[in-house]
Amino acid sequence: MPLVDVRDLKVEARTDAGRRIEIIRGVSFTVAEGEITALIGESGSGKTTIALTLMGHARSGCTITGGTVELAGRDLVAMPESGRQQLRGTEVAYIPQSAAAAFNPAQRLIDQVVEVARIHRLMPMAAARAKAVELFRALALPEPETIGNRYPHQVSGGQLQRLAAAMALIGGPRLVIFDEPTTALDVTTQIEVLRAFKTVMKQGSMGGVYVSHDLAVVAQIADRIVVLKGGEVQEEGPTEAILHCARHPYTRELLAAFEPLRSDAPAGAANRPPRPVVEVKDLVAGYGPLGKDGLPFSVALRKVSCRLERGRNLGVVGESGSGKSTLARVIAGLLPPASGRVQLDGRELAASARGRSKDELRRMQIVFQLADTALNPARSVADIVGRPLTFYHGRKGRAREARVDELLDMVRLPRALRHRLPGELSGGQKQRVNLARALAAEPAVVLCDEITSALDSVVAAAVIELLKELQRELDLSYIFISHDLSTVQAICDEVMVMYKGEVVENLTADQLPDGARHAYSKLLFASVPKLDTGWLDSVPATVA
Amino acid sequence: MTGQITLLVLGRLGVALITLVIVSFVVFGATEMLPGDVAQILLGQAATPEAVAGLREAMHLNEPALLRYAHWLFGLAQGHLGTSYANHMPIAGLIGGRLMNTLQLAAVTTVIAVPTALFLGITAAMYQGTLYDRVVTTTIVAVISVPEFMIATMAVLVFAVWLKWLPALSFANDVASFGELLRIFAMPVITLCCVISAQMIRMTRAAVIDALKMPYVEMALLKGASRSRIVLHHALPNAIGPIVNAMALSLSYLLGGVIIVETIFNYPGIAKLMVDAVATRDLPLIQTCAMIFCFGYLTLITAADIIAILSNPRLRR
Repeated sequence: MPLVDVRDLKVEARTDAGRRIEIIRGVSFTVAEGEITALIGESGSGKTTIALTLMGHARSGCTITGGTVELAGRDLVAMPESGRQQLRGTEVAYIPQSAAAAFNPAQRLIDQVVEVARIHRLMPMAAARAKAVELFRALALPEPETIGNRYPHQVSGGQLQRLAAAMALIGGPRLVIFDEPTTALDVTTQIEVLRAFKTVMKQGSMGGVYVSHDLAVVAQIADRIVVLKGGEVQEEGPTEAILHCARHPYTRELLAAFEPLRSDAPAGAANRPPRPVVEVKDLVAGYGPLGKDGLPFSVALRKVSCRLERGRNLGVVGESGSGKSTLARVIAGLLPPASGRVQLDGRELAASARGRSKDELRRMQIVFQLADTALNPARSVADIVGRPLTFYHGRKGRAREARVDELLDMVRLPRALRHRLPGELSGGQKQRVNLARALAAEPAVVLCDEITSALDSVVAAAVIELLKELQRELDLSYIFISHDLSTVQAICDEVMVMYKGEVVENLTADQLPDGARHAYSKLLFASVPKLDTGWLDSVPATVA
Repeated sequence: MTGQITLLVLGRLGVALITLVIVSFVVFGATEMLPGDVAQILLGQAATPEAVAGLREAMHLNEPALLRYAHWLFGLAQGHLGTSYANHMPIAGLIGGRLMNTLQLAAVTTVIAVPTALFLGITAAMYQGTLYDRVVTTTIVAVISVPEFMIATMAVLVFAVWLKWLPALSFANDVASFGELLRIFAMPVITLCCVISAQMIRMTRAAVIDALKMPYVEMALLKGASRSRIVLHHALPNAIGPIVNAMALSLSYLLGGVIIVETIFNYPGIAKLMVDAVATRDLPLIQTCAMIFCFGYLTLITAADIIAILSNPRLRR
């Protein structure tokens, strides 16, 4: 008998308007004892919804309308809520996507880790604490004896994710559900967390369900892969088979999005003399009031210099906190630096956007990471894209409408979307609107701050393709900020590696990924998961 | 970190103190601006100009206003509340008993209203969207919409006139037994509970519902926690800040806002004393009452802020 047997599962969601939509349409799969099965698919494919049904839980607005979910022979769907409560934490446990949000900010970590034992009266509290410390040690957490006494805001994201794993494992479950547990982490942290997960799962011979959109991560940890799209299973099979002989077209698309796209040299760039369009010299910037030494309270950039040549792209990579987004904000004039200069086309720019001329503002546009928050939810697409047309170019009425249509064509959005609100668009569509708004100004330089980070791999690849096309047509230059090295590699000519506010290395695209010399860049590039089941074990432990 | 908390709390107390001084200035200024000459009013129409001038001299009314303000504030800080203009009794004596009466009424109302509001607010949030929740929220909206004099009058009509269970007027001074006490307090307390708990229930419900939407609440559910454990252990501690603030705002009404209730039930409290003082133009008494109301309000709000600071886990070690 398999550990998990899901048969013909159907889940319905009720929209705000009261309409019922079937989001899971008859999904069936099994997980054997001690085996890890991955559910893979883009957002909206229903992978998290399915994973939660394995705990007998449906988020508010969703209901399980058909099928069975059997855990060790007991049907979670038919069971009363009190029965499910008994199984949660003891038989099946959950590791959430964002441990930072899943820990209660008001309680000490240890109390939350041992809570399962307290709720289900599994063991005396002293024994539970001892077991927690043991798990902390197994998960390679620092100071295992005392780390539990801290509050969630006092440990790092990678540590929280491992603490969440300890919280899941304390009850000795037979099945562990991993809901994108490394998506929010930097690659260098991800590798440590993955390694810790893999070790404890092997030791405990537990079954697992690993939800992810990242095939390379899944390749490291899963025995089998179930590919989902639109609430249906597209393909299912052992990991090696899916990676190397995928049959379904959608699986191939997922795999293709993963192929490292080589940046093709921009046409004509070679025979033109290099002319810097943006030049940054000795930028020092940070947050908080300036101290006596002229440095801000918290320094984010230390003497950063870089240059971007016309028609070329500069990639800025580094882990979170390395200062890469601060660099974009300083260049755009959103955050005046403490010292240093920013030049556009050889002319020095005022430190603050307020002091820059309208034309200077027009020539440099910024596209933010989260299209959700960057677009006004109360304005239609046509309004959002049309506003800079009026502001920079004085276009009104029919001329403006016609240009909006052109811009929507440019970013490959159907013109019919112009009357929609941002809330009615998908993530990829929103990011295209975000881009169209920047293009409306007819800029020379576009600052892209993590613009593909919130997108699924297939969608992100399409956005990168679009950026390249626009560059050929419009003679743009990009400064492309990302923690995702494969996207940077796909579009940039030069790559600048940042670490703790400093530039540690400048590389050209053809030197990637093996040409790195600095220790941190080496670590960064070595941490990018590869589509190879043996990758994690082959990376020397010194890296992690 | 604990140093930081001390600093924040001290800062908050400092702000409260400064506010109190500003308020005293405003109170003094406002009574100063009332039309008419106090000496003239006290002596009546028939007074000779010499007598009025003499009285003005005696009352230091010829001194500059700022100097008198300083005198008054200094006296206030030392507990010298002054003498009533109307009957020349020390104000401390006049207010003492009345303030006790009002505080008594406030205390009884608080003891009943706060637990009721917490219970109804939390349970309504727990069973959000059910019939129970809808009955509670609809009733609250109905109660909020009815003005307090309406509730008070209705209570008198029902309990005193029709049912004849309770006396229509309250005299807290001649209480003989506990049953007597209940009978006297019943109607003012019912009315005040209606007025103040409606807002508290709404805010509690909203704060708990907000907290219930957090991912750590789903996490607790997936650990197998029961509904009451989820609410009491995970949601409520994170909703304390807004709840305590709503409570402080509502409770502050029990000091300054009870005028209508005290008047309708003829309850000898401090708010009624102030209304009477206005009628007799008894300025020191009005000033003192106003200061007491402001002091009570500030104490409650400051206490709520300090509780919110202390309940912020990010400030803990």
